[in-house]
Amino acid sequence: MSDTSPLQAADDETGAPIETDALIIGAGPCGLFAVFELGLLDIRAHVVDILDKVGGQCAELYPEKPIYDIPALPVVTGQELTDRLMEQIKPFGATFHLGQQIDALSREADGRFRLSTDRGQVFITKVVVIAAGGGSFTPKRPPLEGIEAYEGTSVFYSVRRMKDFADQDVLIVGGGDSALDWTLNLQPIARSLTLLHRRDDFRGAPHSVEKMRALVASGAMRLLIGQATVLHGADGRLERVTVKTKDGEEPVVSTRMLPFFGLTMKLGPIADWGLNLEENLIPVDTEKFQTSVPGIFAIGDINSYPGKLKLILSGFHEAALMSQAAHRIVHPDKKLLFQYTTSSSSLQKKLGVR
Amino acid sequence: MEPAQTMVKITFVQDDGTRQEVDAQPGLTVMEAAKTEDVPGIEAECGGACACATCHVYVEPEWREAVGPPSEMEEDMLDFAFDVREESRLSCQIRISEALDGLVVKVPSKQF
Ligand SMILES: Cc1cc2nc3c(=O)[nH]c(=O)nc-3n(C[C@H](O)[C@H](O)[C@H](O)COP(=O)(O)OP(=O)(O)OC[C@H]3O[C@@H](n4cnc5c(N)ncnc54)[C@H](O)[C@@H]3O)c2cc1C
Ligand code: FES
Repeated sequence: MSDTSPLQAADDETGAPIETDALIIGAGPCGLFAVFELGLLDIRAHVVDILDKVGGQCAELYPEKPIYDIPALPVVTGQELTDRLMEQIKPFGATFHLGQQIDALSREADGRFRLSTDRGQVFITKVVVIAAGGGSFTPKRPPLEGIEAYEGTSVFYSVRRMKDFADQDVLIVGGGDSALDWTLNLQPIARSLTLLHRRDDFRGAPHSVEKMRALVASGAMRLLIGQATVLHGADGRLERVTVKTKDGEEPVVSTRMLPFFGLTMKLGPIADWGLNLEENLIPVDTEKFQTSVPGIFAIGDINSYPGKLKLILSGFHEAALMSQAAHRIVHPDKKLLFQYTTSSSSLQKKLGVR
Repeated sequence: MEPAQTMVKITFVQDDGTRQEVDAQPGLTVMEAAKTEDVPGIEAECGGACACATCHVYVEPEWREAVGPPSEMEEDMLDFAFDVREESRLSCQIRISEALDGLVVKVPSKQF
């Protein structure tokens, strides 16, 4: 995230439901541009994403790689595109709720929608814009037999409470910053700590690597080069992990395991919202990009219609048309004028350039 | 008409031993050759951007020299693959040339 970011972090600890015109699910490029198109039509938005940053696939999967097919930007990286979108939508002051997943969606008696996150935040909104891409970014699960049985009790993909790891035999797997940071943070409180990585080379920050190596040298923790092959334990309680190294197999006593193999996109709760999904995509019309439920729109990679192309530029177009339809629901009494940002003084006022 | 190009043969061996030989155009990547012929087990979620590690293959020993080692970026991405071995490569990073005619690669049992 750049320093100029207008990111307004939400104070979600209050617990009170938030009322808004539009709730956007997903802060990928299409969700971000929706803030702009809705904003021009006086529709205020809140944005929720399970990632702890904005930009969706562009920021998470390819921040440094070039994109060549954004109109008028001959080349732009995934992160640059995200930063530019954030700058463009700044005037509309959308509120971002990051690190949260929208779990449930239902309809209120007054026709509005009620959505809630996995952290208990509730939103009451006039329209819903699903810009969920390929679904929620979730940690990759190593394909080790029976791993599901240990998840949430012995195997974790993130650390929510450090104390769950106190006095445990902790096995951390991976070679990036998450693996190294948690190695350094948990080593002082764990009974024993082993870091397992497939090669003796780390992607993480060099100073973290140095600190980790110093701990290994002093005997405070172990570094193993190899791969986990079998989990041993019972009733969700992990006891040992078989690790294959170049010298053969070795059992490593482990009561907690933290695998860090990056993130992948999983559809998640959207499947349960009664939107008649086809092959994990939400069918929409091509006039309003509305789903089978009036007031719920879907734009970007998550939608499908005849001729759909999963490109960022298609999602931008979809955001513009969706906003026109959303206006009729949010401001039913206001007449919608077609205007250019170049010449309309009212649009320029909203953009803060006049 | 495009000028006739010598096609190159590449064999994909599945975990259960099933072999599939495909004709591939030099200049494409091994991942693209696999996707064109619907070879199972090569998912390539990111479309060849070296950003997903779901196009992982094992290069047969006699071909390792001709194929060469992974770049640093590819090594980093291989950290996200499962059961990585000495002969592991991401198939979207192997460019097909006539020197690779007859190449044999194994598809892992799982791509995560
Ligand atoms: C390597 C790579 C290269 C690419 N190159 C190009 C290119 O050159 N040109 C191009 O046009 N496109 C390219 N794409 C595709 C482009 O990135 C996507 O089309 C674009 O990101 C889709 O944007 P989106 O906003 O629809 O969704 P996404 O970017 O997928 O963002 C969706 C967001 O929604 C969140 N989310 C989903 N469900 C929930 C929920 N229930 N609660 C909270 N959050 C949720 C996800 O965590 C995610 O952050 C590329 C993709 C990849 C992977
Ligand atoms: S296709 Fe994604 S890394 Fe090769």
